[in-house]
Amino acid sequence: MTSPAPIAEQRETPRPDPAAVPALSIDGVSHAYGERRALMEVSFNVQPASFTALLGLNGAGKSTLFSLITRLFGIQSGRVGIFGHDISKSPGEALRLLGVVFQPRTLDLDLSLTQNLLYHAALHGISRGEARARSAELLDRIGLTERGGSKVRDLSGGQMRRLEIARALLHRPRLLLLDEPTVGLDVKARADIISHVRQLVSEQGIGVLWATHLFDEIVAGDDLVVLHQGKVLAQGPMSRVVAEAGAQDVNTAFMRLTGAQTLPGGGA
Amino acid sequence: MSSITTREAPRGFSAAEYMTCLTGIVWREGLRFLHQRERFVSALVRPLVWLFIFAAGFRQVLGISIIPPYETYILYEVFIAPGLMAMIQLFNGMQSSLSMVYDREMGNMRTLLVSPLPRGYLLFSKLLAGTAVSLLQVYAFLLIAWFWDITPPPIGYLTVLPALILSGLMLGSLGMLISSGIKQLENFAGVMNFVIFPMFFASSALYPLWRVQEGSPYLYYLCEANPFTHAVELIRFAFYGQINWISLAVVATCTIVFMIGAIYAYDPSRGLARRGPAGGEG
Repeated sequence: MTSPAPIAEQRETPRPDPAAVPALSIDGVSHAYGERRALMEVSFNVQPASFTALLGLNGAGKSTLFSLITRLFGIQSGRVGIFGHDISKSPGEALRLLGVVFQPRTLDLDLSLTQNLLYHAALHGISRGEARARSAELLDRIGLTERGGSKVRDLSGGQMRRLEIARALLHRPRLLLLDEPTVGLDVKARADIISHVRQLVSEQGIGVLWATHLFDEIVAGDDLVVLHQGKVLAQGPMSRVVAEAGAQDVNTAFMRLTGAQTLPGGGA
Repeated sequence: MSSITTREAPRGFSAAEYMTCLTGIVWREGLRFLHQRERFVSALVRPLVWLFIFAAGFRQVLGISIIPPYETYILYEVFIAPGLMAMIQLFNGMQSSLSMVYDREMGNMRTLLVSPLPRGYLLFSKLLAGTAVSLLQVYAFLLIAWFWDITPPPIGYLTVLPALILSGLMLGSLGMLISSGIKQLENFAGVMNFVIFPMFFASSALYPLWRVQEGSPYLYYLCEANPFTHAVELIRFAFYGQINWISLAVVATCTIVFMIGAIYAYDPSRGLARRGPAGGEG
């Protein structure tokens, strides 16, 4: 991929305008499964062209939050907005602007890569011709053009993830959610996926919400939301969250905030 | 690399987008069906076993009198053919519901449900897709049955089509409704025992209801109340270019009720939401 020389004046990267509508706004969202409360008064925003890491251990409520944002569950209380569209009131408009990569793989293993992409395009009402063009372009971008006709079953874990990200981008969303997308991948595949997604943020201005429990996936410029046992413990630019916790790195900050005794394998 | 394409807020969906979505879902269901060759074979072998073996053996036991829509004495094979068509659809409907439970466990269902189009429409498209697959199976069966002297008037192949679409939708939406209530794949064996077999045997698929009435009036009432009976009768009459209005009314009503029930059950703010985290914790 050739990116133009970074000339400051000509940078096209859209900067988040403070007055602009956030890509994603979570406002006082609570959710319970019967007696068990999974989320309590969760509020935070994801700005366009920003990389927001949702950091939490397994069971913190990340997947529940994702299910609410994608309308798989109904909102019990609070409000979820995608570029100002309320997910409960106008789900069609909201979901159109949203691309999502779920934690479990959701590809049709027996269909080819291209067929998977075309099916997704159809679900978004994208005409066949347009869908073919976009699929070819995205396959090219993830370096799987020659594999377009082969079955998804034959791909490696990292390739499947890249395909899922490509699929999530097919309808040109402006907000991308990824739920622990690098789990189970080797170091190289992880690095590829992280850099690919960061590129989407910087070059296409997509707002990204990246759920993870791996501290080393977060870098200094990111926004950070720390979710623990259904509550937001801290949020803001990573450096500020770390500083406010009186720590030197995310790892320590997270431990201080949650009072966790053991680390959930910060790297591997 | 293109920079951000700023678009104004989208506005509703066009008819073309609805159509693209529907054809995409049908296309994908068809592809999946073609990939599962065993499913096709077993969908075909099942009714043929009934036709070639069961009917041949049973022919001498059960005499069929002349009842509408038949105008002459008919062979037992001819009598059960419409029942077997409905059976194909019954199995297909339950199989689709099985695949929905599987999809939900595996996460594939999410791909469908995060489409921005209205959820009711997505589920309806999915039902139509399942029905289309059942039509393939039924016509493949009819082709083979033709060599076995199941020969309706040629126009019957055409007039049976709307009946098959309606019964396919009814059985598919029943399957979808059931699938919304099944939490795990393992519970599916129960569906076989408690849905497929009773529906099939307590119906007019294998024997005319007047014979059932001679044996047990209660069973007769049960058969009469069974929507599957009416699916069979609707198909039977349509196969001979006639309409059984009562069956048509029953099947149409049941289709609507089951479909509304299924769409209601898959509504995020009601059905699935109560069911706790779907796949993956956290």
